[in-house]
Amino acid sequence: MYPEDLKYSETHEWVRIDKGFATVGITDFATKKLTDLVYVELPSIGKRVTKGASFGVVESVKAVSDLYSPVSGIVVKVNEKLSKEPEIITQDPYGKGWMIKVKIEDQTELDTLMDSEEYKELVKKEKKE
Amino acid sequence: MREPLIFEKSRRGRRGCSLPEYDVDEENLEKLIPKKYLRQSGLGLPQVSEPDVVRHFVRLSQQNMGVDTNFYPLGSCTMKYNPKVNEGIANLPGFTRVHPYQPQVGVQGTLRVLYEMEKLLCEISGMDSVSLQPAAGAHGELTSLMMIKAYYEDKKEHRDTVLVPDSAHGTNPSSSHLCGFRVIEVKSNKDGEIDLNDLMGKMSKRVAALMLTLPNTLGLFERNILEVSKIIHDKGGFLYLDGANLNALLGIVKPSDLGIDIMHFNLHKTFSTPHGGGGPGSGPVGVKGRLAVYLPVPTIKKDKKGYYLNYGRAKSIGKVRSFYGNIEVIIKAYCYLRSLGKEGLKKISHNAVLNANYLMKRLKKYFYLPYNQPCMHEFVLSAVDGKMKDVRALDIAKRLLDFGFHPPTIYFPLIVKEALMIEPTETESKETLDAFVSSMIQIRKEIKEDPSVIRQAPHNLSIGRLDEVKAAKELKLRWEEKESGD
Repeated sequence: MYPEDLKYSETHEWVRIDKGFATVGITDFATKKLTDLVYVELPSIGKRVTKGASFGVVESVKAVSDLYSPVSGIVVKVNEKLSKEPEIITQDPYGKGWMIKVKIEDQTELDTLMDSEEYKELVKKEKKE
Repeated sequence: MREPLIFEKSRRGRRGCSLPEYDVDEENLEKLIPKKYLRQSGLGLPQVSEPDVVRHFVRLSQQNMGVDTNFYPLGSCTMKYNPKVNEGIANLPGFTRVHPYQPQVGVQGTLRVLYEMEKLLCEISGMDSVSLQPAAGAHGELTSLMMIKAYYEDKKEHRDTVLVPDSAHGTNPSSSHLCGFRVIEVKSNKDGEIDLNDLMGKMSKRVAALMLTLPNTLGLFERNILEVSKIIHDKGGFLYLDGANLNALLGIVKPSDLGIDIMHFNLHKTFSTPHGGGGPGSGPVGVKGRLAVYLPVPTIKKDKKGYYLNYGRAKSIGKVRSFYGNIEVIIKAYCYLRSLGKEGLKKISHNAVLNANYLMKRLKKYFYLPYNQPCMHEFVLSAVDGKMKDVRALDIAKRLLDFGFHPPTIYFPLIVKEALMIEPTETESKETLDAFVSSMIQIRKEIKEDPSVIRQAPHNLSIGRLDEVKAAKELKLRWEEKESGD
């Protein structure tokens, strides 16, 4: 449920790192919490995103939630398909449901992210609360 | 059974009235108006008889759920009963048959009500001045933030940030953004109150204000309010009160005593005027002395000759609404205040808090109560996953409709998962509260025994479970005639 090759943030985003680029999406746990998605708003290519700051918005039938960037950098690719079919995020959060690809500015930021095991613990804790 | 749209009932040529024959010559429209400006298709109005119209709208009205038909515990909205005497008074011809452009000497009665209303709100809140103009709560927030902004611009202080607790109403960050402020969220602690350390870390000379709801949206009184107030004031910021939950404090706590500098009131919540379905509301703002010069124009003054509208105020942020606010709403709220009086107001808050605690105490045996402590006028239950066998807050809300109750607010505040926010208000009897509890117990039983009943609810209404995803994604607001015609 939480692939081992990914890094995770406390706000339930995942990052796939590939030679200085980071692909970002939200976790399976996040999609379950959000329930049915009806709308997603993502930044445009060329925009700078900052670690910990909002880079977009997802709207479900119950609430509107911010998406927080797990890394800082310039957006180089955006998953345009999601605007018409946000349900892809729920169906395949780590694959076709990816949101943006960012050129990483500061590699050291990645050190603060969680690995799969740590994230699993966080989810366990949140489920208990 | 679904009531068809009035357009679907239309039959060509059917009429609800018969008009007399023309007694003037019929002109060719194209001679009078250039053809390009003339509508080429029909108007598409429904063609129906009088009984069709009457039955259609009476049926629709019977399907409505409102405070006049059902218990309506919609948290944070204070859906109390709206006394009918207030409607009667606000509809007196002296109030309704006036015009905003009429000379002020002819509307002295209305001006007097507004003047006295300002004074009553000052008395309740401890604020020094009030403007009745904002049209609703969020408008009051925006008006207040504009005044705060004007104040700092005047003082040449650069303050671009507003602090908002994570339990705040969504309108707080929205109003701040709209007014050009940067928003920083302040965390709640494990008791559901503002985390003082987090607040101290985020408070700085860039912060213009903290927007605080009291009691907060968990229905809890911020016990550290004086400490909060000190942290904000020490660094020169303003403490703003979102007055949405004032129903818990009337005649008991004066906001000014807590260090509140500026606030809004929701007359349509706390002071019993009808709302829902778009209003109209009324969101007066109150301020302490140093902000008074920034209040919107006009304010209402009194001199030897009588009451008048004062526009001559150099530092005012200007007009925030056409004419003078939602006056009919203000009159109703004024009647409410005058008929209850000082002692009556106190009883309102006592009973609102009592009713909420009674419900909470009974319901917490059956549902998870994340912040388990005495509440003020409302409380928040949680339908958390796992324990609930995949039944969500939304499902519980839908099932409540079957039992004849308007659902509570759901999925708010955001810091509680699967939140059910319940505010009974003071106008409900013990019998009503007990009936609500019985239904909630029944729902708890169904979750255990047959959760599909809940997941598919409602069952007893004219319309079943709606496809909310489809409704949000494929929004259709306009009826279109099918090819087949009538």
